Amino acid sequence: MSQQHLSPLRVPLVSEARTLGQLTEEICAPMERPPTWKWWAAFAIAVSILGTGAGIVAYQVGTGIGVWGLNKTIGWAFDITNFVFWVGIGHAGTLISAILFLFRQKWRTSINRAAEAMTLFAVMCAALFPVIHMGRPWLAFWVLPYPNTRGSLWVNFRSPLLWDVFAISTYFTVSAVFWYVGLIPDLATVRDRVKSGVRKAVFKVLSLGWTGSNRTWSRYETVYMLLAGLATPLVLSVHTIVSMDFATSVIPGWHTTIFPPYFVAGAVFSGFAMVLTLMIITRVVLGYEHLITLRHLENMTKVIIVTGGIVSLAYATEFFIAWYSGNPYERFTFMNRAFGPYAWAYWIMVTCNVVSPHLFWFKKIRTSPAAIFVLSLVINVGMWFERFVIIVTSLHRDFLPSSWSMYTPTAVEVGTFIGTFGLFFTLFLLFVRVLPIISIGEVKSVLGFARPEHEQAPAHHPPARPAPVAEEAPVSLGTPPLAIATRKDVPV
Amino acid sequence: MSTPVLIGYFESEAQVLDATRAVRDSGHVLQDVYTPYAVHGLDEAMGLKPSRLTWVCFGAGALGCTLALSLQLYTSVVSWPLNVGGKPFNSFPAFIPVSFELTVLFAALITVGSFLVRAKLFPGNRKQALPRVTDDRFAIALSPRQTPEALEEAEQLLRRHGAVALDLKEVSS
Repeated sequence: MSQQHLSPLRVPLVSEARTLGQLTEEICAPMERPPTWKWWAAFAIAVSILGTGAGIVAYQVGTGIGVWGLNKTIGWAFDITNFVFWVGIGHAGTLISAILFLFRQKWRTSINRAAEAMTLFAVMCAALFPVIHMGRPWLAFWVLPYPNTRGSLWVNFRSPLLWDVFAISTYFTVSAVFWYVGLIPDLATVRDRVKSGVRKAVFKVLSLGWTGSNRTWSRYETVYMLLAGLATPLVLSVHTIVSMDFATSVIPGWHTTIFPPYFVAGAVFSGFAMVLTLMIITRVVLGYEHLITLRHLENMTKVIIVTGGIVSLAYATEFFIAWYSGNPYERFTFMNRAFGPYAWAYWIMVTCNVVSPHLFWFKKIRTSPAAIFVLSLVINVGMWFERFVIIVTSLHRDFLPSSWSMYTPTAVEVGTFIGTFGLFFTLFLLFVRVLPIISIGEVKSVLGFARPEHEQAPAHHPPARPAPVAEEAPVSLGTPPLAIATRKDVPV
Repeated sequence: MSTPVLIGYFESEAQVLDATRAVRDSGHVLQDVYTPYAVHGLDEAMGLKPSRLTWVCFGAGALGCTLALSLQLYTSVVSWPLNVGGKPFNSFPAFIPVSFELTVLFAALITVGSFLVRAKLFPGNRKQALPRVTDDRFAIALSPRQTPEALEEAEQLLRRHGAVALDLKEVSS
């Protein structure tokens, strides 16, 4: 492969020598064999949680959102916490697929597909909450500015909640398009592997007649870069707008200019934790340890250290500004967060988000998948509590002590939240079954990365599969001499 | 009328890059190169010009932004002005987020749409990929010059650069 990648300082991105053909085989294999009992077990659990969640949602839509634990003082709580939590998780997918692409971080190639899928599923889960919160979800289309018989009575474009409608729907659409465009070459690869049947027909339609022509590849690369360039400011705008739901209000603890960057950093922080959770399971279950390597995990933990640091700084800044502002309501809100009736939630948040990421400074922890897995769950818990703390503690004791109140979630709210995990994992498990979860085309392009020609696996195809070219081509010049590569040849 | 197209199959990126350059220098007509992944440097080797889709993207974004601002101004100032918290009807800063989102949405969708149209990619497309080029082979398709010995010459050229298989196809033009 091209010489520019050769440097003793670079480490191969794919940790074992592979041919192009072996790579196709490996990535397509899980979709082509019948699912294992483990997959069925996981799927059964996910679907039953999803079913239960759907039942609970049906119940609250039928009964009304009075079944939640909200009261006159606390009008926003669990539902919005979950919305912000899920949107935040989605952001890591876009960060990996778009921002790391623009920064030419080639290690992203083996995780971007799955991370983007995670984005889509997380945004679907997130979007459910505002719709349920409407109470009458069949009127959800009222949030769109369409000519109507009420005047036309238009939506209020000055409201951050309306900005959210546009932000979330644009984010979902663009992420889905980005994901699909990235899939087209791989869909063609799968199409050409399948001999006949329904799968062939489906992949034929989905791959849109992709032939691998370089004239198309050239335009494709341009489009991919443009989409990455568009998705990057988009992802920053989405959580900025989500934070404005709070920041444009006058509630102490919400009304701060720090919110947009603070929310974006928190979103990336929690999203990377979720990507790690999913990737660690996936690489073990599908045997992709040489594609999703320890280096990938390590790099992601480093992103977590950085974003965790930004989040910690934001917590400290909020506290400092509350004191420095001299505003008694601000001061009270923050003292109440740390030492009031919800102090337990605050300290869970601090332990999980401020303290735990610093364990990743230790190389031993950074390179132990089990430790990373546990910490990634801890961070997700912490980030959920962050949103809970921001929302509930700011509302429950605001300006007027006579209207102070407490909030406890009801079983319906908890059940809905758990139900979205059912939706998320059901979709993710289906994705793992029906689509190549690693971008075949992109990993092929980095296969020779930092690997001199003689150390690469031979270009010769292993005889596991008949070579169709030999049958159709009138002139065959035979196979080239083998350049033997063994595991030992590969620099560690 | 049909023209003969000679297809040479290669097994590595380096070979196909060299062969592509050689074909362009030889005077045969380089039709296309087929690869399983985007090969760095192949655009230059083929002499492809940068895509104009970037301009489409810019135009689409500008269109989205204009439409979004017009919609917000029309609904909030002209059609039904509403006093919301004493803010001016034309509260421009509040219109920025939606304008930004629609700029991105239009730019993304129209760019991808134009790409699919330009590259002739659509559901129900009958085009078939050459064997194994979506897996592990690279292929160069060329039309030999219009001389009697050109075909032989082109075959030699491809073999010299490491072609592992050759195929001659008649393509109706």
